[in-house]
Amino acid sequence: MLVLAGVAVIALGFLLRFNPLLVIVVAAAVTGLAAGLDPFSVLARFGHAFNQSRYVTAIYMVLPVIGLLERAGLQERARGLVGGLRGLTVGRLLAGYLLFRQLSAALGLNAVAGPAQTVRPLVAPMAEAAAARQGEQDGEPIRALAAATDNIGLFFGEDIFIAIGSILLMRGVLEGYGVRVEPFQLSVWAIPTALVAFLVHGARLWWLDRRLKRRAR
Amino acid sequence: MIGLNLVYAVAGLFFAACALLGAVDRRWANALFHALLALSFFAGDAIGDLGNGVLVLALVATATSGRMRRGEPETANEPHGPLLALALVIPAAALGGTLLFKRLPTLVDSQQATLVALTLGVLVALALGHWRLRAPPLAGLRSGRRLIDEIGWAAIMPQLLASLGAVFALAGVGDVVGGLVGGAIPAGSVLGAAIAYGLGMALFTIVMGNAFAAFPVMAAAVGMPLLVHQYGGDPAAVAAIGMLAGFCGTLLTPMAANFNIVPAALLELRDRYGVIRAQAATALPLLLFNVLLLWWVIR
Repeated sequence: MLVLAGVAVIALGFLLRFNPLLVIVVAAAVTGLAAGLDPFSVLARFGHAFNQSRYVTAIYMVLPVIGLLERAGLQERARGLVGGLRGLTVGRLLAGYLLFRQLSAALGLNAVAGPAQTVRPLVAPMAEAAAARQGEQDGEPIRALAAATDNIGLFFGEDIFIAIGSILLMRGVLEGYGVRVEPFQLSVWAIPTALVAFLVHGARLWWLDRRLKRRAR
Repeated sequence: MIGLNLVYAVAGLFFAACALLGAVDRRWANALFHALLALSFFAGDAIGDLGNGVLVLALVATATSGRMRRGEPETANEPHGPLLALALVIPAAALGGTLLFKRLPTLVDSQQATLVALTLGVLVALALGHWRLRAPPLAGLRSGRRLIDEIGWAAIMPQLLASLGAVFALAGVGDVVGGLVGGAIPAGSVLGAAIAYGLGMALFTIVMGNAFAAFPVMAAAVGMPLLVHQYGGDPAAVAAIGMLAGFCGTLLTPMAANFNIVPAALLELRDRYGVIRAQAATALPLLLFNVLLLWWVIR
């Protein structure tokens, strides 16, 4: 039971809005000590795991490319793209992006899009421009919705692909219980939730368009 | 063989450039932060576990010193050049390279095919961009430094959380939580077990920030013993739907920093939790749907 102290540290620290990095390190220390490890082996274990997961941070190397293109006016160009398409609303744009993200993730193409690669330089400025045309002046919630749409499309598309990490993990865990399943059997069960995810989020986007239209009148 | 070595060398070079450019602009805390990250990418395997632990403490101390400054705004020029085509170079390289490298297992580590392809795409896009846009040689790195400063210390939060997960696993946090959830189910209730499993996946994912960490725990506590063995549910369905219930939790937690916190910084949102707020109204109905689907599959 004592090892749950680390979870409590995380919950309290985030709630009281301490610096999250500090909260994480303290939580790791508390958890390790509660489990009876000495401080140095907790630190070594944490350092080892940090070194093993560097690939998570490597993605930022795309930033010079994004920065270079933005400096040359990429966001403005993306906004201009919306200007040429008269019937394009923020809801339709994001619903189209949701579908693209779900389908490409279902084909295993997770790295094709993402917050740094596509949302910041392309999708968010296009969504903002479309929303501004519908009378929405505050771009902040629209940008947040663009990032949310990217996540939802990824999460509820990727499990349909048979070679993704979560499918392999489930297969491995089940095998530990002596149950053999084919990746295909697992990925089939991701389809109902993928459809409902599109319907629920699509309905919210349709609702947003409707709200903006009403407000404009 | 080409693999993470190339990826880490390029990432290390990027952070080293950020450190140098930061020092030139007298942004000392930012420069130190990026120099430490460059050290991690270049020499992480050489300095030992304890050395890496000290490196993490130095990073966190720099981040919490309050001296790191945000990226300064940059005014964009009038759009010129084939910008949209250049923007598609990295995604196209990631896609094409992944497919190609999977066929060259002796040349490229097939486990890391996508990351290697992405890295090469970055190098090609950077070179093409400077050439086609007639940008000064350091323009890309300078803008990249500005963007990484915009994200600030939140940049390493995902990596730190992954490391915390390793400590949680070592301390057996999962087994304790699993035991608690398993003990809370009323005996003989299929719906109760489905709710405990689905909500347990979501809640444990909210705590850990990662459905992968939650799945083995909840499978051991509820999924296998109750839903599969006692009530005869299809193990493939129980596993797949449980994982998706966990993904609903990922949409709701600041612990999944790479999906929820880093994008908020990258999009310059005033509200750190703005992306989570935008996701909640989709995640909650979807969680309910997954629990009901689970129940329907088993009964």
